[in-house]
This record gives sequence, C-alpha cells and structure tokens, in this order.
Amino acid sequence: MRHTISILVENKFGVLARVAGLFSARGYNIASLAVSETLDPTISYMTIVVDAQNEKILEQINKQLNKLIDVITVTDFTKKEHIDRELVLVKINFLPKNKPKLEAIFNRFVGKIIYHKADTAIIEAVGDQDQINELLEELNKFGIKELVRTGKLAISN
Amino acid sequence: MIGARILLESLKKEGIEVIFGYPGGQVLPIFDQLYDFDIKLILTRHEQGAAHAADGFSRATGKVGVCLATSGPGATNLVTGIATAYMDSIPMVAITGQVGTHLIGNDAFQEADVTGITRPITKHNFLVKDVKDLARTIAEAFYIASSGRPGPVLVDIPLDVQRADTEFIWPEKISIRSYQPTYSGHPGQIKKAAKLISSSKKPIIYAGGGVITSGAHLELKELAEKIQAPVTTTFMGLGGFPGIDKLFLGMLGMHGTAYANHAVMESDLIIAVGARFDDRVTGRLDDFAPGAKVIHIDIDPSSISKNVRVDVPIVGDAKNILKQLLCEIKKFPDTAVWLKTVENWKIKHPLTYKDDSAMIKPQYILQQLWELTKGDAIICTEVGQSQMWACQWYQYLTPRTFISSGGLGTMGFGFPAAMGAKIGFPKKEVFNIAGDGSIQMNIQELATCVANKINVKVLIFNNGFLGMVRQWQELFYKKRYSYTPITSPDYVLLAQSYGAVGILVTKKEEVKPALKRAIETKNTVFIDFRIEPEENVYPMVPSGVAINKMIEGLA
Repeated sequence: MRHTISILVENKFGVLARVAGLFSARGYNIASLAVSETLDPTISYMTIVVDAQNEKILEQINKQLNKLIDVITVTDFTKKEHIDRELVLVKINFLPKNKPKLEAIFNRFVGKIIYHKADTAIIEAVGDQDQINELLEELNKFGIKELVRTGKLAISN
Repeated sequence: MIGARILLESLKKEGIEVIFGYPGGQVLPIFDQLYDFDIKLILTRHEQGAAHAADGFSRATGKVGVCLATSGPGATNLVTGIATAYMDSIPMVAITGQVGTHLIGNDAFQEADVTGITRPITKHNFLVKDVKDLARTIAEAFYIASSGRPGPVLVDIPLDVQRADTEFIWPEKISIRSYQPTYSGHPGQIKKAAKLISSSKKPIIYAGGGVITSGAHLELKELAEKIQAPVTTTFMGLGGFPGIDKLFLGMLGMHGTAYANHAVMESDLIIAVGARFDDRVTGRLDDFAPGAKVIHIDIDPSSISKNVRVDVPIVGDAKNILKQLLCEIKKFPDTAVWLKTVENWKIKHPLTYKDDSAMIKPQYILQQLWELTKGDAIICTEVGQSQMWACQWYQYLTPRTFISSGGLGTMGFGFPAAMGAKIGFPKKEVFNIAGDGSIQMNIQELATCVANKINVKVLIFNNGFLGMVRQWQELFYKKRYSYTPITSPDYVLLAQSYGAVGILVTKKEEVKPALKRAIETKNTVFIDFRIEPEENVYPMVPSGVAINKMIEGLA
C-alpha cells in the first residue's frame, strides 16, 4: 500500500540522510520525497511517499522516525484527512495547429502552457496524482519529450 | 580557549575522570592538552579495545563511558565497539578527530565519513564545524547518550576546530525540542495493567536490560514478591533479579532454562519490563506464549508491538512505572498452584550436565568460581559457548555484575570490557570468561592491562574449537567441522611475555586452586583451562521452533 508520511525536522545537514537511512536499511524505496524550509527557517518539512507491503514494518519505520533526535513530529496521512498536490513540468512535441486541441485538454484537465517555441511546449500542471496521471495520458498522444515531477506535497485539512 | 581544551573542560564538567583512547594525526591538539590535564587516558593497543573498554566501564558503573580516536582508521576501528554499545543501549560518547574542515570530502589522508558510517549504529552523532558549537555539542552528546533509552553518541571534531580559539561557555541545562523521552507511565495504562495482574492465575515477570539501566531491581523484587510471580530475565537482564531467589527461573530463550521457557509458554500473563522480545527469546513467534496476555513496559515506543502483540503497552522508565504499578495493584493474585507447577518443571527439567569425563567440564569451572566468589565479582564474557555457560552456571545477585555483548554478540568484547569494568571498580574482582576463539580477537589488550596494572582475571575455556559454531555444525550440519578447529598460542608463555601471569589447568582438581591463585595474584592472570573439546550448551532451542521445544541433551 502507498503511504504518505510528513515529517517536521530540524533544518540541519545530515537529517535527510538519517531519515532516508531508515527506509533504505529495510529495503524500502522512497517513491517520492519533497523537502523545504517552513516559515520557521530552523525547521524543514518533508513529504515522503513510500510503498509498504508490510504495515508492521511501516509502523516500525514511523516509530523509528520519531526516535531520530532531529525529528520533531511524524504524521502518517494514510489514515488521516488531507489534501495532496503535485507539480509537474512536461516538455512535449508542439505544432501551432495543435494549440486548440491542447486548450481543450486543459479545459477538461489541469495544466497550462507556460512556454513554447517552434516544435516544443512546456506544460505546467498542479493537481492530485490522479489528475496528473490523466493529464499525462492525454499529453502522451502528442509525444512527451521530458517530464519532471516534484513528488507529492500533503497538508492536513 | 582552543577547541581541544574546550573538549577536555567539557568532559570534566560531565564528571569524566578516565577515558580510553589512542592518538593519531588528527587528534594531536587533544592529546597535547591531555598531557597535563587531570583526565586520565588509558592507552589501549587497538581503538576497538578503547571502545569496548569505555562500554565495559559504562556497564559496570552506569556512567557514560568515553573513548577517543583519530580520524579514518582510528574512527573505523571504533565501529564494532559503537555498534556493540548501540545494540545493548549502553551510554557512551565516542570522540573522533577529523581532517580539517577545508579538506573534508577531498579524500584527504586518513579521512573517512565517520558520521556517515556510524549513523545507523549511534543514537545520534555530530560533526562539529564551528568551535563555538563544541561545548554545547559535548553537553548534548552526554545528555542524549544517557537519557531515555541510552546509547552511544559520536562527536567528530575536525583538526582546525580543535585548534580554533573561542570563549568556553558551558550550557548548564540542555533541552532539545525534538527529543523529549517519556519517563512516567500513563496512569490509565497502569490501572489496566494492575487489573490484568489481579485477575491473572499464571503470571510471569520477564525482565530485561531496562531494569538494570533504570535501576529498577528493588521495585522488580517487590513486585515479584507481592504478586508471587516467578521471574525470568533476558540475557541483558541477568543481575536485575537475585539469581538465588526462589522465584527466579534463570534466563529464558535459546539457551535459557527449560523451566523458564515452559513457564513463559504456559503463562496467562507476561509482565515484560525493559525487554524487547528479541528473536533469541521468543523462538518461533507464532507459537510464543499462546495463552498469555502481555503487559509491556519499555522506555522506547519502537520496542513495543515490534515482535509480539501487546495488550497493555506502557511507555516510560521501568523504575517509575513499577513504583506506580505497586501503588495501583489492590488485589494480589493467588498463584500458589501456578508456583507449584513451575516448581515441578524445575525438578523435572533442571539445568544439568554430565560430569563424568576425565576432562574438565566448563560448567564445573563456573560452579567453582561461584563457590569462591558467591556473586561478589564482576563477570565479563566473550561470545559463544563460554558466554552461554556463564549465563547458566553462575548466579548474578546484583545489577551490573554481568557484562556481556548481547545484541551484537561481539567476539573480542569481553577482555577490553573487563578492563573498563576494573577501572570503574578497582577493588572488585573482575573476571573475563573467554573461549580460545574470542580471546584471540583482542588479546593485544594484555599490554594495556599490564602497563596500567589493571588486574583482570581471564579464564580461557580452551576447547580447540570455535565452539558454538562447531555445536551447530555437529547438530545441523552432519558434524562437518568446517573451519571451526582453531589453534592457540601457549597462553602461559604469552601472558608471561607481556608481564602477566599464565596458569595452565588440565585436571579437574586443579581448577579451584588455580582460581584461588588467580584471585590472590596482584597482576593480570590468564588461566588456560583445557576443557572437554566437544561439550555442548544445553538446553538449546533450535532456530525456528517454539521455545518449549528444547533439546535437553546431557552430553
């Protein structure tokens, strides 16, 4: 099952390595990871998405995260109400005549063109993972040249 | 004041009088300050010895042990010692030199990413990049090492930070917002636990190292007596309950007593105090104590429900919680029938061995050692058969009298740890129970013992084998003794060449006189006991079965 975990940590060097180490030591791959400073510059916020086959191991990871000296709080969003979003930048093949088709897609899905030149356009989209995945399916019909995703950000509501 | 001096002043503020270490290029400023500072450094012959000695000092005294090594190989040599302390929750501060901050990451001479290497085997670690942070970092290191569930903390100090100058400001109080250990138990949980205890018919107390760490042994005894429950301890819990008490069942688990294992399996309530249901204790998890409810008292939330499902978890310090619990139990269970059943197991499945050979039996040596010391000694051990015999055949009466590497099972631990224990208690008799395999892993510390007049007594159970592995090969690998026969030097000559005393014992009747002579000798003593080569440790729970499915061979 896919879990979204958010962690407030001290904004210091080495903290990310400590957090990541708890997953890697158990052979767990981190599907996505987003880290940034909070309003308080001494604290960072991490959102981690991980696939855990074994709930017991995930519970153990959560407890171990709490045990890290530099970790302030740990929230597992899996069983909590929350809103999550992801930002994606997509570079696609572009022909001016396709512009109306693209606009039609953006009316139905998320996204907008933020740059284009002769044969290339860059699309920016923000949404939850389903929305992003739907959009990518549509864009793939034009040919995706390059794709970057931030990974999930989550906040409780 | 320069960083190196600040380090020593900080250690002094923490009450440190002795540290264990080894010099090198990246700790020269620290050693220069040590030259005429009133902290004594015990110069070991290997950094690993320094780490184990600091650990042994800590286990014996309950204080934080300190070791010091240079960068690169000095620091990596500490790694096994740090991991050993980590697995057994021993408070220790390891200080390492590091190459100058401008060289870090450049593959400089004797550079290693020590905070990276030790991240998973320390409770926490620090790289100090600014001398202004040094005093505070040392204070935090000691606070983290010794509070909550204790553990080793490493502080890596680059050479230029040791040389840099700043004002020495000692923080009188440390508080860390992201680290707030829970000490007292949740009252609601304690009420629930008390109810379970009152309504139980077959309770058993299962006590671990947490009892010793928190100094909860008196409360534990009071609880056992009040509710008339038998007590078994883990390996780490030995000494936490008097080994000669009639409620005591000895150690449980893989090489525990048969009666302790039967009692746990048949119990209707397990009161776990500062223990973690490790795999050597539970055997096959699915079959573990099927009829028992579990109360689990532990300071570390991550230990609870890790292996065994728990009915009443109580997070906090064992001593506090037992005190709270003792006030809360209103009705004591009637356990007379249960104690009778347990007594019958004791009679039916005693701890025993066949003393029929012309060769010396290892169990016999430990019995003689008990006769001579009656528990008034510190027993350190190496790892393997000799270690397990030391758990079974010597009675530990008080906490911190049994010192051994439990979680990591580190061969070569016992001898340097015994040194550390002896430094902590110079007037106490300190023995190291060793095998001929383990003793050869840190034998260089003989020089440290002799040079510093650290008179520990090393009892080598010499069977010419790496015995525990041989035992498994005998039982499960058709006696194919693959690389387990091992040779030894002449330990008598070896001890003599270092300036210590060596005694060879080949006959049973020589055992007691040799032990007596060792006790009377004011020097480090090696006794080379030539024991029955293929003696096994029994009982034994093979891996992957329930703990009451023991092999109880006598051979």
